[in-house]
Amino acid sequence: MAVSRRKFLQGGAAAAALALSGGKAEASADSSEMRTKGLKSSTTICPFCAVGCGLVVSTKNGKVVNIEGDTEHPINQGALCSKGSALFQVANNDRRLQKVMYRAPGSDKFEEKSWEWALDKIAQRMKETRDKTFKAKEVNKKDNKEYVVNRTEGMAFLGGAGLDNEECYLWSKFGRAMGVANLEHQARI
Amino acid sequence: MTNHWIDLKNADAILAIGCNPAENHPISMKWIEAAMDQGGKLIAVDPRYTRTASKADYYAQIRPGTDIAYLGGMINYAIQNNLIHEEYVREYTNASFIVNEKFDFEEGMFCAFDDQEKTYDAKAWAYAVDGAGNPKRDKSLKDPRCVYQQLKKHYSRYDVDKVCAITGTKKEDYLAVAKAFCSTGRPDKAGTILYAMGITQSTHGTQNVRAVAMLQLLLGNIGIAGGGVNALRGESNVQGSSDYGLLFHLLPGYLKSPEFDNVDLKAYLEKWTPKTKDPKAANWWGNTPKYTVSLLKAWYGENATPENGFCYDYLPKRSGNYSFMKLMEGMGAGKLEGLVCMGQNPAVGGPDSLKTRDALGKLKWLVTVDLWETETSIFWKRPGVNPKDIQTEVFMLPAASSVEKEGSISNSGRWAQWRYKAVEPCGNAKSDLWIINAFAKKMKDLYAKGGAFPEPITKLSWNYGHGEEPEVHMVAKEINGYFTKDMTIVDKDKTLEFKAGDQVPMFKYLQDDGSTVSGCWIYCGSYTKDGNLMARRDKTDAPNGLGMFPKWSWCWPVNRRIIYNRASVTPDGTPFNPKRAVIAWDGLEKKWKGDVPDGPWPPMNDAKEGKNPFIMVPEGFGRLYALDMKDGPFPEHYEPIESPATNLLSKVQNNPAVKVPKDIVPDAAKFPFIGTTYRMTEHWQAGAMTRSLPWLTELVPDMFVEISETLGRAKGIKNGDMVKVTSQRGSIECVALVTSRLKPFNVQGKQIEQVGLPWHFGYAGAATGDSGNVLTPSVGCANTSIPEFKAFLCNIEKGGKRA
Repeated sequence: MAVSRRKFLQGGAAAAALALSGGKAEASADSSEMRTKGLKSSTTICPFCAVGCGLVVSTKNGKVVNIEGDTEHPINQGALCSKGSALFQVANNDRRLQKVMYRAPGSDKFEEKSWEWALDKIAQRMKETRDKTFKAKEVNKKDNKEYVVNRTEGMAFLGGAGLDNEECYLWSKFGRAMGVANLEHQARI
Repeated sequence: MTNHWIDLKNADAILAIGCNPAENHPISMKWIEAAMDQGGKLIAVDPRYTRTASKADYYAQIRPGTDIAYLGGMINYAIQNNLIHEEYVREYTNASFIVNEKFDFEEGMFCAFDDQEKTYDAKAWAYAVDGAGNPKRDKSLKDPRCVYQQLKKHYSRYDVDKVCAITGTKKEDYLAVAKAFCSTGRPDKAGTILYAMGITQSTHGTQNVRAVAMLQLLLGNIGIAGGGVNALRGESNVQGSSDYGLLFHLLPGYLKSPEFDNVDLKAYLEKWTPKTKDPKAANWWGNTPKYTVSLLKAWYGENATPENGFCYDYLPKRSGNYSFMKLMEGMGAGKLEGLVCMGQNPAVGGPDSLKTRDALGKLKWLVTVDLWETETSIFWKRPGVNPKDIQTEVFMLPAASSVEKEGSISNSGRWAQWRYKAVEPCGNAKSDLWIINAFAKKMKDLYAKGGAFPEPITKLSWNYGHGEEPEVHMVAKEINGYFTKDMTIVDKDKTLEFKAGDQVPMFKYLQDDGSTVSGCWIYCGSYTKDGNLMARRDKTDAPNGLGMFPKWSWCWPVNRRIIYNRASVTPDGTPFNPKRAVIAWDGLEKKWKGDVPDGPWPPMNDAKEGKNPFIMVPEGFGRLYALDMKDGPFPEHYEPIESPATNLLSKVQNNPAVKVPKDIVPDAAKFPFIGTTYRMTEHWQAGAMTRSLPWLTELVPDMFVEISETLGRAKGIKNGDMVKVTSQRGSIECVALVTSRLKPFNVQGKQIEQVGLPWHFGYAGAATGDSGNVLTPSVGCANTSIPEFKAFLCNIEKGGKRA
């Protein structure tokens, strides 16, 4: 991590002392202009709870260098909780997954693979499972009649509460096209 | 939420029950405190003395799982003390409707229960109808068979002493809360109820929510500023993921996913399009055919024609329950070959997690798409197992974070807000949009060569640009919808001309003949000829000054910031509270002013065109008496499945409509304490998004269990000791946190201790710990199948292997 929390707090204290000493506003190390000068900024919405707080992401040379509350946002007016304040460490974190990993049956380790290899294999698995477990018709136990159900029994799709709306929509569209009835996400638990 | 976050500032009383906003939605406190600055009262009802309770004017302790007793008592209190909003109840709810003569309630059971199937026949609870087929009413509310009299009778059993004996609440606290909140039954007062998982995670969770809504209807608190029924949703886009139908029983826009006996489009529409004979009923779901056909056109494009039922046959048909717990049960029984987890971590998030982790090993293949290694993606090397014994093939795909992609998310107040891409994804990570697009394209290629019923895939309309990354704006435009041919639409005095390809301005123009496309009707209006309205950042408030910010982002439906707002005015259109007018009818201009009204029609009293306010139910009246619940028209108190108490209100111990799995055998002698799970500010959900962030793990590094000082003394457990917590499902070890925030309950003459557990921990990530959900039971709500995480039996002992 570039800045530990303690160092960050010490920096904040120093900046506060500077501000108290009565220096010009533009010289204050705590002004948001100083922190973002020469940087590119864009807005975002917090990915944690569903209050929907706004944040400003500042980047330099393709790296996130600062994230803070969006003072223009009507809900949070610049304020953030401890999780929202830590979004910087989601963007910059050594533990983030950076590679496609594969674990073979019975293996005790992951191995690195290419996207193309993994996508081909996953598509094969999905197709095998769909072809094998696809149920076109079934007899209902109550009325003994046969009904068309066109359902893939052997596959489940989970998740979506952390996805964007457009992603959720395509996931729903793709899932149902695949015949998946086992389509669920975090709202159920 | 019927309302939205900033609107909390307009409340005179805020009842937080089964939620802890100060901890779990911290920035909401900005608006709760704004209300308090104006004299509003904050009321916290919770088993624990939470951070919200510490800020509250009133706090009442409640035993986990007894919310219906608590809220039923408040309903009784409001009625007995004449605190209800009479005009609202008479005009806007189904209080005046007459219930058919068969309906009955006796000894904890409603009529028409099938003891074999454990199901009710809800038809037996129907309204009595007149010769024309319309429900009979008595607006004097005096008929003994009217809903109001039935309701009054039902909850007369919930007197304060009985309620407090059940909930363990001190009588003076209970009365103070009831008085403070029910004071908002006046037309010039507003009370809001906030809830979260403390209400929903129960075997009677839906009835808990109904009890909340019924109290609000009685007090005239729905549709008004500072009022409403407000679910505080926990994930940034769990609103959106629900809106887009990522649940077994739904399609996008809360359309129902087809059932096996909806044999064709006609049968489907016949089953799911409600009907009414009342000209004053808007019956908005009467538009189901327009929304369904527009969805099918979005999915199957030109292949969807009137002749082939718009490709309805391509949709899978359900036969039964495919909810999360059922799915895990099936996985454990080897019924699933493959599972794809898009940012979900069932090894931590679901109940009875040891069983779930074993079940993952029955899969042939597992795909996880996440920012991190999760307990699910590394389940095969979890502590205590030998990877060689697990034959599941695992693909772990790296996903982009929220600042590495572009798109919208919907907050709890239904505001869809746009996010921008600040940087490229980390390493080789890809956005979920890219990954889903890649899956779809690969499947299309494979099925072009044949396979089982390939048409739903080969004929799927999938056109999102030619780049490697799908064009997110094209997806957003398809969701909103467009015209497929040139159209002239006459809307009252306006004639509107549209060209093929034009965006549909709002959902009232969607059609059932294939001339419009819309991927999710409730989002129709979000991306129009005026552009992407979700990206708006105009901070001008509406003239009413209520903090609705109508030009900031866009909210569904139709940018209406407070839904059911037709109930905020008298039947002639005058605001109940002119000081906080959400909408008002301008009789001269013949139009509504203020928020976007719930439908364009004039006020209810307009003889020709007026409509009843609750437009989403066929009759148009808020339901104090429900017609379609699986467990009764009125919420009735039953004990949680695992409870140390017996039901004091009837002989029926548990919700009779819940099928309890055979392996759950409550044993209060062996497991004498009430376990309850909760969340905290510093961590989030299953923990992957927070347990690898140093700033947060420094604040809360370890899994812990919170116990009272009395339990600590009784068990010889001191703050910081290692302890072992056990339930029928398994045991965990963690650090004891002995606090005065937890107190035992006085229940039926006994002191019953409670044990609080965060559920954010697991064995993956930087900060690890045992999972609270190892202890929780796999049994859920009769209506929704949401698990009963909030009330179970457990034991606690000092020590453990790691002590």
